[in-house]
Formats: sequence, structure tokens, C-alpha cells
Amino acid sequence: MKPHWETWAKEAKTEFPKANSALLPLLHRIQGEEGYLSSDTIADVAHLLDLAVPYVESVVSFYSLFYQRPTGRRIIHVCTGLSCALGGSDELMHRLEAKLGIQEGQTTPDGEYTLLEAECLAACDKAPVAQVNLRYRESVDLEAADELLKGEVES
Amino acid sequence: MSQARRYLLRNQDIPDIDRIEVYEANQGYQALRQALGQNDPAALVDMVKASGLRGRGGAGFPTGVKWSFLPDDGRPRYLVVNSDEAEPGTFKDRELIEHNPHQLIEGMIISSYATRAREAYIYCRGEFRRGAEQLRRAVEEAYRRGYLGDNILDSGFSLDIKVYRGAGAYICGEESALLESLEGKRGNPRLKPPFPAVAGLYGMPTVVNNVETICNLPPLVLNGAAWYRTMGTEKSPGLKIMSVSGPVNRPGNYEIPLATPLRVLIDEYAGGMREQRGIKAVIPGGSSVPVLTADQLDTPLDYESVLAAGSMLGSGGCIVIDEHTCMVGVSARLLKFYREESCGKCTPCREGTYWMTDVLNRIEVGEGKPGDLELIADMADNIGGKVFCPLGDAALGVVVSAMQHFAEEFEVHIKEHACPMGARLYYDTVNY
Ligand SMILES: Cc1cc2nc3c(=O)[nH]c(=O)nc-3n(C[C@H](O)[C@H](O)[C@H](O)COP(=O)(O)O)c2cc1C
Ligand code: SF4
Ligand code: FES
Repeated sequence: MKPHWETWAKEAKTEFPKANSALLPLLHRIQGEEGYLSSDTIADVAHLLDLAVPYVESVVSFYSLFYQRPTGRRIIHVCTGLSCALGGSDELMHRLEAKLGIQEGQTTPDGEYTLLEAECLAACDKAPVAQVNLRYRESVDLEAADELLKGEVES
Repeated sequence: MSQARRYLLRNQDIPDIDRIEVYEANQGYQALRQALGQNDPAALVDMVKASGLRGRGGAGFPTGVKWSFLPDDGRPRYLVVNSDEAEPGTFKDRELIEHNPHQLIEGMIISSYATRAREAYIYCRGEFRRGAEQLRRAVEEAYRRGYLGDNILDSGFSLDIKVYRGAGAYICGEESALLESLEGKRGNPRLKPPFPAVAGLYGMPTVVNNVETICNLPPLVLNGAAWYRTMGTEKSPGLKIMSVSGPVNRPGNYEIPLATPLRVLIDEYAGGMREQRGIKAVIPGGSSVPVLTADQLDTPLDYESVLAAGSMLGSGGCIVIDEHTCMVGVSARLLKFYREESCGKCTPCREGTYWMTDVLNRIEVGEGKPGDLELIADMADNIGGKVFCPLGDAALGVVVSAMQHFAEEFEVHIKEHACPMGARLYYDTVNY
């Protein structure tokens, strides 16, 4: 437990005082700092919001953007929805798998990249679409695939 | 083609309209002043009813009618805007919140005034990082200018708006699952009735509306219900944003008067097919609706006509499929989506989408067995109408219609033990 999480929990409860509404905002904020939500972190959050640990665990496990395993510094989501598939998303995914030497769902051993599949990212006109740390990269053809892996990123 | 004047997608004409000064310089918050000045919330509800505006989230329910379902019992009321847009093929709400957030906020203030809500929420899809940033910034600006908070523009009306981020779950677009999520729970749908109008957020009367629906309010207040009815049809009046994707020359969002023919949307707005490819099928309203075929391109895009043609206008996510694309592959890809996004609460949806994806994938790669098509039909029968929420039924729209219209294509896969089009769309990951 980090000391400032208590402040964050208070802020979340002030903004969203009813039911358990403070939970998702607090999880987002802490995951933003930690990269993922370990079982210790989940227990801390439960304690901070006065919730049962299994309850918080069940909420975390429901949502695909809450990670329960360590993630890389760059989380790459490749959309494999229908419109992106028509635009070549599968080739993009396979190219990235080959380049990174990992499979979809995995993180490179140096902790730099996590490669994940996304469902439709609501940018189908720019297929194939990817996100790096939830920032859009549009019309990512195979040449542009290498660019995805470079450049500065915000956490 | 020359584009008629835009009302909802003005961001395509006015650079930087996401900035409050630019928004204000272009009639921004004028509709709010007018609405508050008239000091008659009930008249606003009547105006929305008279306009015939229907919900743009998918179901097309008349907005003014929905608002009038709120019980008048003195309990606090909420407005919740659904910005969870995740229906494959649909990308209009993201453009609206990223590029013109003040339009939504102005629409929300007017809608809250009309429905007498004092607190409003925007449930923003977790993946929309920039969208949430834009909304938060715009909300702050609106507070600073006195459009939000206590005693807005000296009208005596007060409103707070809060932006809430989802965390990755298509089912949270379904309104009752959205409310669960907004209460800090897993996004499992609730049993209806009671509907949100009676018992919604925190058990209180709640209006849930789509982003595009609410974005209609500023132009509607400024131009009036009669203006809205000069477009579209008697039952489907007004403007709709269609998201066009697939192998067209200009994929993107287009604002059309309802009842514009599908062919005009594809050929004129979206610039026709790339390399003049032929069209095999069109999914006109997001991944949850049945396909239309090439001989149905003259269908007018209004709720009734698309329904009569065997599909639905839905969310307006129009995916164009060309003649070189395999319908088994299309069906398998969409079933995989529903398999991944099934919330798991009820068995026919959770297990059915899993098995249907499996069988469709094996047909696509040439390992289909005689009887597989009957098996799919049987599984569809066991899902359709037997599930807890509309997601299960939505999963069937494309596959059932594709098997109907393109039966031979499915059969050939099984007979020849191969996809005649090279199974280009085959892709699966096992992460369940
Ligand atoms: C599985 C599922 C997903 C949905 N996703 C959305 C969505 O992303 N955005 C939306 O506005 N409505 C979505 N809806 C429809 C909502 O339940 C609800 O009808 C809508 O938000 C009401 O707003 P409207 O009347 O303005 O259309 C979805 C429905 C279902 C069953
Ligand atoms: S139909 Fe599917 S998404 Fe809806 S409640 Fe059942 S399992 Fe969940
Ligand atoms: S299918 Fe990839 S963004 Fe919609």
C-alpha cells in the first residue's frame, strides 16, 4: 500500500460517494501507476474502500482493461474486429508477434511490450487500427507496424 | 458530392470546435440560453416528442416518450449518457466526443433541464482515453463559464456532470449493465422491468440516452421540431450519422437525412467501392443486425424501411462486404466477438457463442462436417429468445441471415473441405 493511495481513495469517494462507484476510478488510477493490479493491490483497494476482497477481485476480473498480471511499458492493442480484419489486421498481429517473439496475450521478457487483441475500437474507417497505451494508431499497414514499436509513450 | 449543411458533425467543417471559444463563436450554448430563457421544461419534452427524435443507440425508441416515463414522485433523477460505443462497425460517438465535446455537454444540460435531473453522468468507454480527456476538459470549461454548477446562467437551475470511465466490456453498453458498472459492480445486465426510468442509477428514476441522441438537442432547440421533420419520414424524422467501413473509397462518418437510400450512402457519400469491386452484402446497422444483399441497395435508411428489408438500422454502423469476402469468415469473426463479450450470466449465450464460433471456424478452415449447418441452426434456436439480455440474440443477426442468403457458400466449404476464398478471414486466439 502506498501512502498516497489513501488520498486517492478519499478523492474517488468524494467524487462518487454512492454505492461502490468509487471503485472503478480508484482501480484505474492505481493501475495507471502500478501497471497492473496484483492480489496485494486488490486487497489494498478493498481495504481502502471498505469492500470485501473477493468482491473487488470479481469486479477486476470482469473488465478486460484491468490487468492481473504484470504488463509491459507499452501495451499494444491490435483490433481484430471485422472491419479491421477486412483491412489486414490479422497480418498486422502476426507481424508483431514475429517481431516481438511473443504470442498475443504475452509480454516480452524485457518488460517492454505487451501484445493484446482488441475488439472493435470504434475507428473502423481507419482500419487496421491499433492502440499503444490506449493512444490510437490508425491505418497501420505492415510497413507502419515497425513504427508502432518505436517512439516515446505516455504510461 | 456536395454535402448538405451539417448539424451534428459540424466538427468536420469548423476547425477547433472542441475549444469552448470556437464553439461559442459558432452558436455554442445559444440553445441552452434559449431553453433556460423559456423557463418551461415540460414544453421542451413536448418539443422533443413533436420532433419525433428516436434514440440513436440502437433501439430507436422515441426520446421524448422515454423522458415522459419518469415518475413524478419527488425522488432525485439522473441523466446518464451512454458513450460506451463498442458495437463493431460503429464509430460515430467517438468522433462526437473527441471533436465536439461541448455539443454533447450543451445537449446534456438541456436534457437534464427538461427532465429535471440535477446530476448527470457520461459513461465513457474505457478504451476512449482521448475521448475521456476531451470530455473532462470540456466539463471543466463549462463549469468555469457558468454553464454547469449552481444557478446556471441565473436561471435557478443547477446541474453537475461527471465523467465515468468504463474498463473494457461491450456489455456495459447495454443500459442496465452500464448502470451496474457505474455503481462499481461487474457489468451484468439487470432484470427488466423495472426499467431505468423507474429504478435506474442508485435505484432512482434515470434516463439513459446515447451520445448522438443528446447531440441532437442543441440544433433541435435552435431550429425547432418542424425543421427536424422536414427530413426523413413520418416515423423516422431527422438526421442520422452513419459510420461506413469496409472497402469503400471514403470510409467515415456521414450525417444523412433519414430515408437516404443505402446506395447513395455507399456511392455518393462514401465514394463508391474501391477498385470498383462488387458488393456482396451490407451490414447496415452494426454487427448485431442481419445482412442486406446486393439487390437491396435501394433500401431507404430509415427504421421502418430497413426493418421491412429484413434488417435493422441499429446504431448506424454500416459495414460493406465485397464480392471477394467469405461470409463464413465474416460470421465466424463476429461470433468470436460475441463469445469474447458475453458476460457469462446465462448459459445459452455463454456456451452457445463459444460453440458456434468453434463450428464456424472449423467450417472456414475446411474441417466442417456434414450436419454442421443444421448444428448451427439448432444452436441459434437454443439461443434466440432464450437469453437474459439482447446480446445473445444480437450474436445471431449476421450468421443466421448469412446462412439464409448465402447457403451455397456455407455448403461448398463443407463439401470441398476448404474455403473457396482462401480462408483469409480465419483468425482465432484461445484466451478464454
Ligand atoms: C449488448 C448491447 C450493447 C449496447 N451498446 C450500446 C452502446 O454502446 N451505446 C449506446 O448508446 N447504446 C447501446 N445499447 C443500447 C442501450 O441499451 C440503450 O438502449 C441506449 O443507450 C438508449 O439510448 P437511446 O434511446 O438514446 O438510443 C446497447 C444494447 C445492448 C443490448
Ligand atoms: S445474453 Fe449473454 S450478455 Fe446477456 S446476460 Fe446472458 S450471458 Fe450475459
Ligand atoms: S473493427 Fe477495428 S476499429 Fe472497428
